[in-house]
Amino acid sequence: MGFKNYCFKKSLWVFHFGGASCNNCDIEILDCLTPRFDLERFGILLVGSIRHADVLLVNGIINHHDKDRLIEVYNQAPKPILVVAIGACGCTGGIFTDSYTFAGPVDKIIPVNAYVPGCPPKPEAIIAGIVKLAGG
Amino acid sequence: MSKKTLIPIGPYHPLQEEPELFKLYCDGEIVKDIKWETGYNHRGIEKLSESKTYEQIFFLVERICGICSTSHPFAFANAVEEIAGIEVTDRTKYIRSIIGELERIHSHLLWVGLAGHFLGYNTVFMWAWKYREPVLDLFEMISGNRNSYAMFKVGGVRRDIEMAKIPVIQKVLDDLKKKADMLTGAVMDDPVIHARIRGVGILTKQDIIDYGAVGPTARASGVAIDVRKDDPYAAYPLVNWKVITAQAGDVFAKAEVRLLEIHESISIIEQCLDGLKKEKEGDIAVKVKEIPEGIGIGRAEAPRGEVFHFVKSDGSNSPVRHKIRAPSYVNIATFKKSCIGQTIADATISLAAVDPCYCCTERMAVAYDLNSGDKIMNANELINVSVRKTNEIRKEIKSQL
Repeated sequence: MGFKNYCFKKSLWVFHFGGASCNNCDIEILDCLTPRFDLERFGILLVGSIRHADVLLVNGIINHHDKDRLIEVYNQAPKPILVVAIGACGCTGGIFTDSYTFAGPVDKIIPVNAYVPGCPPKPEAIIAGIVKLAGG
Repeated sequence: MSKKTLIPIGPYHPLQEEPELFKLYCDGEIVKDIKWETGYNHRGIEKLSESKTYEQIFFLVERICGICSTSHPFAFANAVEEIAGIEVTDRTKYIRSIIGELERIHSHLLWVGLAGHFLGYNTVFMWAWKYREPVLDLFEMISGNRNSYAMFKVGGVRRDIEMAKIPVIQKVLDDLKKKADMLTGAVMDDPVIHARIRGVGILTKQDIIDYGAVGPTARASGVAIDVRKDDPYAAYPLVNWKVITAQAGDVFAKAEVRLLEIHESISIIEQCLDGLKKEKEGDIAVKVKEIPEGIGIGRAEAPRGEVFHFVKSDGSNSPVRHKIRAPSYVNIATFKKSCIGQTIADATISLAAVDPCYCCTERMAVAYDLNSGDKIMNANELINVSVRKTNEIRKEIKSQL
């Protein structure tokens, strides 16, 4: 096991960046924390600052207004950091690919470690994605 | 010389309908002015809509807002059906209303949870979101997806609610009724919540009329506007229900209206289910040959207020103009009235009361502007300020007992 994987072995702290999204992925991410799914039992915690985070969740398309802010957030993140693109918009742009305000999917702007497709992905899928990432 | 503090809220709050940036200008504890910027969530939907066919647009408008993901297709369907002069079947009407009301229940529960979170009642947050889950399960059963249901199309709905599903829905509603009663009681009878949100963020009837606010925000100030009554559509004229209003206009009244609307929605769904039993199964859509030239206006009552869609058709298979007006955008303007003159701790819940629910996982960055010396607070601290005030009130009430 490399040093990087060792770092991600236990309680991952997650920071959530909602781009120009429709809110579906946002509420599904929050749903993961509520009693039915209860991510906190794995030590996974949503934190308020990127400087405390091990994982950066990005959902929604990134428009020209958000692009610089996403890059800034990524630069502020302590490395190594895992970036997860959530939802169809985060992975590819989804239904908004043709929009004039679309500044590229997340992986064109910052490096992405995992993709969780779906519109919106179910909380199970989000949990599976993060656990798979942390396990490997 | 008084030092002015700038408190930005935003631009990224995962729970907002639109990521917005609010700037609170404070003198000490008191909010003196508020400004906001929008545009962080601009996706060019109206323009995209012109390049898609009428069938495709339903999937697009559904993704305007994930929480009210039925109200936009609802309004769009009303608009297009007005152009084409389509009269949908009664079964379609009932199914549409059932989906619309289930959505209202899940949206209001979501709000109650978040309001609890802002006040330092994380138990309410966890409870309300737990009770929301069975509603999402119903959506998954009916439409196959928890959030974006893709139920609407021109002239009907895509999926039927079969006889076998009705008892399942009824059972969830019965359970929900008890839980909603419990939640309503817990909020209404709690002395701390009374002390904390009564008389906070008051909007008078005149303010509502001046700013053109809609939805529960307006109804909590005694303005009984509800598109479901004023411009009846779908199955709402076929069932018995009443518009819930409150007079006080404060945050407590807004919570009261939303909680009571959950009960009203449950009653509407039950009546619609009864209506559904009488209609022929599978009769869920009428054939639509073409959309003629013309203009159509569609309105629907979203959980947050009136959604308005204007569609202009030139007879081809996509619209030439599609204009959308969402409720949060008008309701935000009322912050000018509800927040100015209050303490920062109260501003948090006043902003949240309109339900562009903000700040849950805001970036933590306390920064000082070198030029002006303005201290910039972040939303996490803002929640802490709010939680601290609740705790103080709680202690005070305990010591009096």
